[in-house]
Amino acid sequence: MPVIEYIEAIRTAMKEEMERDPEVFVLGEDVGLKGGVFGTTKGLQQQFGEARALDTPLSESAIAGVAIGAAMAGMKPIAEMQYSDFMFPATNQIISEAAKIRYRSNNDWSCPVVIRAPIGGGVFGGLYHSQCPESVFFGTPGLKIVAPSTAYDAKGLLKAAIRDPDPVLFFENKKCYRLISDEVPEEDYVVPIGKSKVMREGSDITVIGYSMPLHFAMQAAEELSREEGVEAHILDLRSLQPLDRSGILEAASKTGKILIIHEDNKTGGIGAEVAAIIAEELLYDLDAPIRRVCGPDVPAMPINPPGEKHFLLNKDKLKAEMLELARY
Amino acid sequence: MTQSGTVRHESRHAALGLTDEQAVAMYETMMLARRYDERGQLLQRAGKINFHISGITQEPSQVAMGFAMDRERDWFLPYYRDYGFVLSVGMTVKELMLSIFAKAEDPNSAGRQMPGHFGCRRLRIVTGSSPVTTQVPHAVGFALAAKMRGEPQVAIVSFGEGSSNQGDFHEGCNFAGVQKLPVIFVCQNNQYAISVPFSKQSAGRIADRAIGYGFPGFRVDGNDPLEVYRVVKEARERALAGEGPTLIEIMTYRVTAHSTSDNDLAYRTKEEVEFHKAKDAIPAFRQYLIEHGLWSDEKEEELAKRHRAVIDEATEYAEKAPFQSPEDSVRYVYAEDEGEAR
Repeated sequence: MPVIEYIEAIRTAMKEEMERDPEVFVLGEDVGLKGGVFGTTKGLQQQFGEARALDTPLSESAIAGVAIGAAMAGMKPIAEMQYSDFMFPATNQIISEAAKIRYRSNNDWSCPVVIRAPIGGGVFGGLYHSQCPESVFFGTPGLKIVAPSTAYDAKGLLKAAIRDPDPVLFFENKKCYRLISDEVPEEDYVVPIGKSKVMREGSDITVIGYSMPLHFAMQAAEELSREEGVEAHILDLRSLQPLDRSGILEAASKTGKILIIHEDNKTGGIGAEVAAIIAEELLYDLDAPIRRVCGPDVPAMPINPPGEKHFLLNKDKLKAEMLELARY
Repeated sequence: MTQSGTVRHESRHAALGLTDEQAVAMYETMMLARRYDERGQLLQRAGKINFHISGITQEPSQVAMGFAMDRERDWFLPYYRDYGFVLSVGMTVKELMLSIFAKAEDPNSAGRQMPGHFGCRRLRIVTGSSPVTTQVPHAVGFALAAKMRGEPQVAIVSFGEGSSNQGDFHEGCNFAGVQKLPVIFVCQNNQYAISVPFSKQSAGRIADRAIGYGFPGFRVDGNDPLEVYRVVKEARERALAGEGPTLIEIMTYRVTAHSTSDNDLAYRTKEEVEFHKAKDAIPAFRQYLIEHGLWSDEKEEELAKRHRAVIDEATEYAEKAPFQSPEDSVRYVYAEDEGEAR
C-alpha cells in the first residue's frame, strides 16, 4: 500500500471526488493556479478548470455563504478557509446558516457543504496562523466536525464529508501536512463520520485526543512501554461532532485512568465534553481523576520560539503526564 | 413583445410585455398581500398570534419583482417583509397563515421560525433566517450553481437598506461582480432600520454602490410598480445574457412600526407617516387599471369579498391546525437517512 503525506491524502480525496461527481468543486483564496498557500489544491485547477477550482476574493463570509447557497442548489462545494484563524468572519454563515438550514426548514432544504480549515501551531505562525478554533463551533447542533490525525483518515474523512448530506467542518492540521505520512489505499474508501479509532492497544492508561498531539502521545507511549513497562491505550476521536460516545466509554473503561489531550485551549474544549461523558457513565469505574493536557488558556500562541514551545504539547510533556497517571 | 394590430394607444403595461390579465393579477396580488398583512396585525392585537411583521406600502414593488421573474426556473430569496413577493411566486395565504400561527403544516418551517422567515423548495423560495443579509451570499451561490451547470436561471434576493451595510452585502456583491453571475440584488429602501433613519445609515445612495462592484445599479420609485417591473425584467434579461448582476434600490417607506413589538412614534412623527401613507401605490395602480378599462368598482367589491373569504378560511384553518409535536420539533437536525450520498 502506498505511503503518502497527509496533505497528499487531502488533495487526492478532493481530486477523486471531483472526478467522481461533477457537482463537487473547491473555492477559496489562492486555491486556483497557486494550488493553495500550503499546496493542498495543487493541480486541481489544471485538471478541472477555473470554475471548479475557483479563486475567490479575499472574503471569508462570501466564501462560506456562496458555498452554502450553491450547496442548497444541490452542488457539493468544498470551501477552503486559508487558515482557521481567518474563518471567524464566516462564523455567522456557518453557525446561523449552514448549521440551521435543514432544521429551520423542517427538512425541506439541506446544505451539503464542506468547510476545510487548517488548524494548529508549531509553524511559527504566531497568534493568527496557529489557532485551534474547534471549540467555537463544537456544540452547535447541525454541524459535523472532523479532525483527522493520519493521512488515511484525512482522505477517508474528507470523502465522507463531501458525500455527507449535511455541513461538515474539516479541520486539517497544518503541522501534519508534511510531517505525517502513512499507508493509504489507492482504491476508494470512506472513514465514517462519528467513529473513533484505537491507535494503540494498552491496559494501563487511556489517552483520548485528536489531531497532531496524538502523534506525541504515540511516541511517548512507545518510550513508556520500553522504559517503564507502561502500556497506553490511545483513542483517536477523529470526529469531534458527533462524538463517538460508545468508543470513548469503551476506551475509558479499558484502563480506568484517562488522559485527554488537545492543542485547543483547555477551558470549554472538546476534552471537557469527553470528560463529562466519562463522568456521566463511568465515574465509579475510574481509578484516577480524569486529567486533561491542553493548550493553556491564553488567547493564542506567541511566535517567539520559547513561547510557542511552551504553548504546544510535545512528547516529553505527555510522557510525564502519562507516567504520573500510570503511577496514580 | 409584438402587439396585435389594434390602433389603440399602447398602455404602459402592454409596452412592458404585460398582458391585461397580468396587470390585473398584479393588482389582485398587491391587494391580497395588503389584506393578509392587515389581518396579521389584527390577529396579533387580538392575542391570537404572538408576532407579526408588516410589509405594508412595499407590496406593489414586491409584486412587480415576482411578476418579472420566471416561477419555474428562477430562485427567490426574500426578506421578512416580502409577503407581496412570495404571494406573487406562488405561496398561498393559507400557507402564510399556517406560518403566522406557527403550525406543523406551515411549508416555510413547520411553525419553527417566526413569521416572515420564508422558505419553500417546491416554490423555489430559499429558506431564510433572522440575522440580516446572510441571504445575499446565498443568492450568489445559487447564481454560481446556475452558471456552472449552464442552466438559464436567475437568483433574485431582497433585503432592506439597513442590510446594505452588512459585510455580507458587500462580499456578496463583489463576488457576483467578479464572476458576472446571474443575480439581482434588490434593496427595498423603506427609510428605516427599526428606528434608525436612512440619513443615519448611509451618506450615499445604495444604488451607487454597484459601480464599485462593476455592475449597474438603479434607483427606482417603489410607488411605481410598472417601473419596478421594467427594471427587474431588464436586470433578469441581462443576467440571462451573461452580463452579470444588477443592484436595484427601490425607494419606499415603511408606514407600519418595525414589527408588532415596536412603537414607531417614539422616533418619528405621525405627520411623517401620514404623508407617506397618502402616497400609497395601491390606489394609484387601481386608478391606472380603471383608466385602462381593466377595473371597476364592481370588480373591486367582488375582489374584496373573494379576498375576505380566502383570508377568513385560511385563518380558521390555520387556527385549528395542529402544532408540530414536541417530539417532531427535535427532528431534522441532520439528515435522517444517514450517510446517503447525493
